[in-house]
Amino acid sequence: MSLLQVKNVSKHFGSLIAVNDISMTVAPGELRAIIGPNGAGKTTFFNLITGFFTPTSGNIFFEDQDVTDLLPARRVWRGMARTFQVTEVFPELSVRENLRIAVEVAAGLRLRPWLSEADNGNIQSRVSELIDMGGLGGKADRQVGELAHGDQRSCEIMMALALKPRLLLLDEPTAGMGDQETYEITQLIRRLHKDSKLTIVLIEHDMRVVFHLADRIMVLDQGKFLADGTPPEIAANKAVQTAYLGQAA
Amino acid sequence: MKFDKRAGDILVWAFLLSAPFWLPMIGSYVELGTRVVIYALAAMALNFLLGYTGVLSFGHAAYFGLGAYGTALTIKYVYPSTPLGMLVGIVLGTLAAAVIGPMIARLRGVYFAMCTIAFGQVFYFIAFQWFSLTGGDDGVSAWHRMPLDFGFTTLDILNDNKAFYYFVVAIFGICAAAMAFLLRSPFGRTLLAIRENERRARFLGIPVDWHIWMSWVVSCFFVSIAGTLFALMNDFVDPRALRWDQSGNFVIMAVLGGMRSFWGPLIGSAIFLVLQDYISSETENWMSFIGLFFVLVVLFFPRGVLGIIRRKATS
Repeated sequence: MSLLQVKNVSKHFGSLIAVNDISMTVAPGELRAIIGPNGAGKTTFFNLITGFFTPTSGNIFFEDQDVTDLLPARRVWRGMARTFQVTEVFPELSVRENLRIAVEVAAGLRLRPWLSEADNGNIQSRVSELIDMGGLGGKADRQVGELAHGDQRSCEIMMALALKPRLLLLDEPTAGMGDQETYEITQLIRRLHKDSKLTIVLIEHDMRVVFHLADRIMVLDQGKFLADGTPPEIAANKAVQTAYLGQAA
Repeated sequence: MKFDKRAGDILVWAFLLSAPFWLPMIGSYVELGTRVVIYALAAMALNFLLGYTGVLSFGHAAYFGLGAYGTALTIKYVYPSTPLGMLVGIVLGTLAAAVIGPMIARLRGVYFAMCTIAFGQVFYFIAFQWFSLTGGDDGVSAWHRMPLDFGFTTLDILNDNKAFYYFVVAIFGICAAAMAFLLRSPFGRTLLAIRENERRARFLGIPVDWHIWMSWVVSCFFVSIAGTLFALMNDFVDPRALRWDQSGNFVIMAVLGGMRSFWGPLIGSAIFLVLQDYISSETENWMSFIGLFFVLVVLFFPRGVLGIIRRKATS
């Protein structure tokens, strides 16, 4: 059984074909990386999976259910959570409040005008758990907008995890980060994958991160499928080398 | 020093509850206090949407006006009872907002604002043109608010201006408490989430349009309560109550006082109406002075008057 199955999706923006007839199958527990040069259509492909765009053609199945035309919020309810290339958090709220909103929504309490003591206690302990997991202990009551980029990213990932997703989609989790921050985020993703057995699909530019983390790698180039395989297979693939290094290499 | 929120609440209530005693002493009058509180309720209701959901409505006067007309017409034509009039006004305003809501809840920014003006003006022209019911430009007159009969006692809000003031403050207090309560709930936090980052909110699984609709209805519910009080205060209502410039006044009050502060719109309403009261006795062009003041506040204190006080207190 596959957790996520993408069948022949394409996305056209006017005459531009951003994603051209791409298929992908992700098994439960897998960590799949999507790589490709700039303009390969990685983020567009991601946006089709998460419902930010609807595909021009093709279908997307999540846990064998067709989700091609579902709104983003409904895909989240089914168990898909994502982060963005440019960190998307609630900048003027504290880390704790950011996570609290995510936890409450995940618990189905978003319409509640009030909470029972028991609910409130459960929510607070879950929020504390996520703060610890994300290494945000000392910063929980600071505004997220004031934190370092790495901490903001960590908060964003924790918000996604608060939703208890069965599939986590990360769009360039280490984009714009220094070596130390990249290392920490990589370790976090590794823990989620190894310890929590979470299925993860991520887009990444940093090849060290990709080859360190991924079970399988899919390569896109100019909107088209180029290759798919384990990290050693991809490293040895001539077509991939050509796409990255140019014809001369 | 950290600004104590509770201290702020106590200060606000001390001012509101003692106002009828000191207003005449400083050369003012109780009715001005009543007006400030009513407009404050309208501006706070608007701010539920503007400051806490991040959506700007320029058409709240419509639901304010529907509340006012509902009250006036009920008391004049149906049955002379203040509570019944208020009930009809509130239901009318809220229902209209609930029906119009789905048509605008998908829009954002200036498109939302423009559509709220457009729908608002529809009600203005209905009130203006439907002469047989509303009296058109002349408004609904020849009626007055009725004393409140509680069975064991009556509160003469008709003749006793202090009693009416406290009646208005009581309603204001209930509404303010209800809004504060909602804003601290999980539902209130989803609104903050939408204000802060709509994309993130959507990808947390919040159906954003649906929550904006609910926030809009809640906001219009409270603004229509303000509208019913406005009609009761004047014992009269005319189409100016629901014209677009009235909506603009609510926005000015909220922004002037500070739209990220809960009590900001109350401060804004007080500044606006006191300035209006004093300047309009000197010159017809009072609005240009308020306009100038508004521009200065927006330029130099974008978080409003209460925003300055709060920054001083926290730094």
